[in-house]
Amino acid sequence: MTASTSAARAARPAWEERPSPAGRAAKGTALTLIVASVVFPIYMVVLTSLSTQETVTRAGGLVSIPGGLSPAAYKELFAGGVVTRAVLVSLGVTTTGTLISLVVTVLAAYGLSRPGSLFHRPLLFMILLTFLFGPGLIPNYLLVSSLGLIDSYWALILPSAVTAFNLVVMRAFFMNVPTEMTDSARVDGAGEFRILWRIVLPVSKGVVAVIGLFYAVGYWNSFFNAVLYLNDNSKWPLQVVLRQYVLQGQSLVVGQTSDTIAGQPLPPSLAIQMSIVVLALIPVLFIYPFVQRHFTKGVIIGAVKG
Amino acid sequence: MRDDRVTGVLKDDQGTGPAGDLTSPAGTGTPNNVRNSTSKASRSIRNAGRSSGNPPRRPFLSRLRRDWPLLLMTLPAAGLLLLFHYVPLLGNVIAFQDYSPYVGIKDSPFIGLSNFQWLLQDQSFWDATLNTLGITTFQLIFYFPVPIVLAVLLDSVMRPRLRLIIQGIVYMPHFFSWVLVVTLFQQMLGGAGLISQILRDHGYQGIDLMTNPDIFLLLVTGETIWKDAGWGTIIFLAALAAIDQHLYEASAVDGAGRWKRMWHITLPGLRPVIILLLILRLGDALNVGFEQFFLQRDAVGREAAEVLDTFVYWRTLTTGEWSYGAAAGLVKGLVGLMLILIANKVAHRFGEQGIYKRSR
Repeated sequence: MTASTSAARAARPAWEERPSPAGRAAKGTALTLIVASVVFPIYMVVLTSLSTQETVTRAGGLVSIPGGLSPAAYKELFAGGVVTRAVLVSLGVTTTGTLISLVVTVLAAYGLSRPGSLFHRPLLFMILLTFLFGPGLIPNYLLVSSLGLIDSYWALILPSAVTAFNLVVMRAFFMNVPTEMTDSARVDGAGEFRILWRIVLPVSKGVVAVIGLFYAVGYWNSFFNAVLYLNDNSKWPLQVVLRQYVLQGQSLVVGQTSDTIAGQPLPPSLAIQMSIVVLALIPVLFIYPFVQRHFTKGVIIGAVKG
Repeated sequence: MRDDRVTGVLKDDQGTGPAGDLTSPAGTGTPNNVRNSTSKASRSIRNAGRSSGNPPRRPFLSRLRRDWPLLLMTLPAAGLLLLFHYVPLLGNVIAFQDYSPYVGIKDSPFIGLSNFQWLLQDQSFWDATLNTLGITTFQLIFYFPVPIVLAVLLDSVMRPRLRLIIQGIVYMPHFFSWVLVVTLFQQMLGGAGLISQILRDHGYQGIDLMTNPDIFLLLVTGETIWKDAGWGTIIFLAALAAIDQHLYEASAVDGAGRWKRMWHITLPGLRPVIILLLILRLGDALNVGFEQFFLQRDAVGREAAEVLDTFVYWRTLTTGEWSYGAAAGLVKGLVGLMLILIANKVAHRFGEQGIYKRSR
């Protein structure tokens, strides 16, 4: 859709007047400022995280012009200790969670993609009803604690494993797969699991990628659930560590491995703080470009049909 | 809490209902005709699909034999939602109890509506409500139009490649966590942030924009714009792409200038989406997001930053007044539900699809 429109609009149609120089300049400035407001802070954070202590001191704070570079901050963070562990926790929760969420969502989206099947309406109704009314913070907390999930990583995964929205979008996509394809496979004796795996999934890669990104970002960014359910701070994921040591500037014990001298609790240097920010940022920056092209296609059309 | 935000997005995206009709390949004709006829057509197609997918009822056992794999597939999701949505929904009975975790739900005494009575007499509850509504109103005025303007601006970028890059960049902050966004803002606007740093370099006093309760509304709206305005353009861009280009050409030939065309063609083309999103936002008036306020409540103080969600958290988890917090959550949920139902009614009245249809 986007491709065709942009192709159609690539050339200025004959009837459209040429924009005035002032108009062009205004538009260019506006767009540059908007893009800069996103890119510049990220650039400064990355640069500061890679700068030497002298460069940071000379800049008096965030570094905007590259000076002396050094990976010291990252080396220190990955020497073992709070941040290393937090990164591992976040990675573990994100991969496990995304995998579970995707499998459960794909299965249910396919299971509900055939109107007229047994219990189709009540099941769909039950899922859609979750849009209208959330159970609330306190009952959620009491449930998780009565299941014995306090201080368990499962508390970060299970309660949010299925999002009705993602399920509905994916279902809408599956319903769009031409029935001729699935029907003929069924005539050939393929079971539902086989049809899903061999026919429906291969043509739905885009939407699976987008929903996967949504889930993954949700798990990676999960902050409050960890505050709520994890009392043991050795289990904290990266977002909580980010808040504690960067936003609130608490002292951080870094490089505390068994064979070095116990690190002195110092307020973390700016470079170290910024490298924690970068760690929280990196997965999004990396995965995002691969999924971006599916956005309009997968999300809009899926949501429309939902 | 994450769920709240996701469903927020969801409702917005679900609002693409009418945009769907807009994006369906439009034939020729005036936009109104096109819209009506395509929506009618799609509806009849949908109906046809339903009746053909719904063969004459077979006996239960034969349907079970046919559909058991589908049921099996739905089971895990249904089970998770049942356990983590519907069970806690029932857990709300503690709002009518004097609940104690040591006694348990079964044996805690029922005290009727006392919790709700206390709640309605609690000044801090009303403060949080007022804050929430104030933030909603402020953002309705100062946040809501931003994605529309941004979408029109992006749509006017001619070179497809450049446009894709800009889109990619402005969508991105949507995927950052609130901790990250608040941290970045602190690094820019805080007492030790970039602005203060520049001011100090030039011999002025540094300023801390992150801890001033008087400008907190501006700050959170600015953060919301930075994080979500780009992503919010998606739906408007889809609607823009669906506007019939011939209309622009015809009116240009008739002598309408750039601004005239925007007023008479672009805006009417976006109108259904705008109305829908507006109604949905009103239905969602009590949800302003949780983490953003949770994270900044300490810095600016309770007076400015306490919203209903944070009220529930602080009143309960820090004091152990479970029943009271559940009552507050329940009130918020019920009022929210009412607002959604009203908003949906209004949507239907406007001839829009709303978030749900009467039948599926």
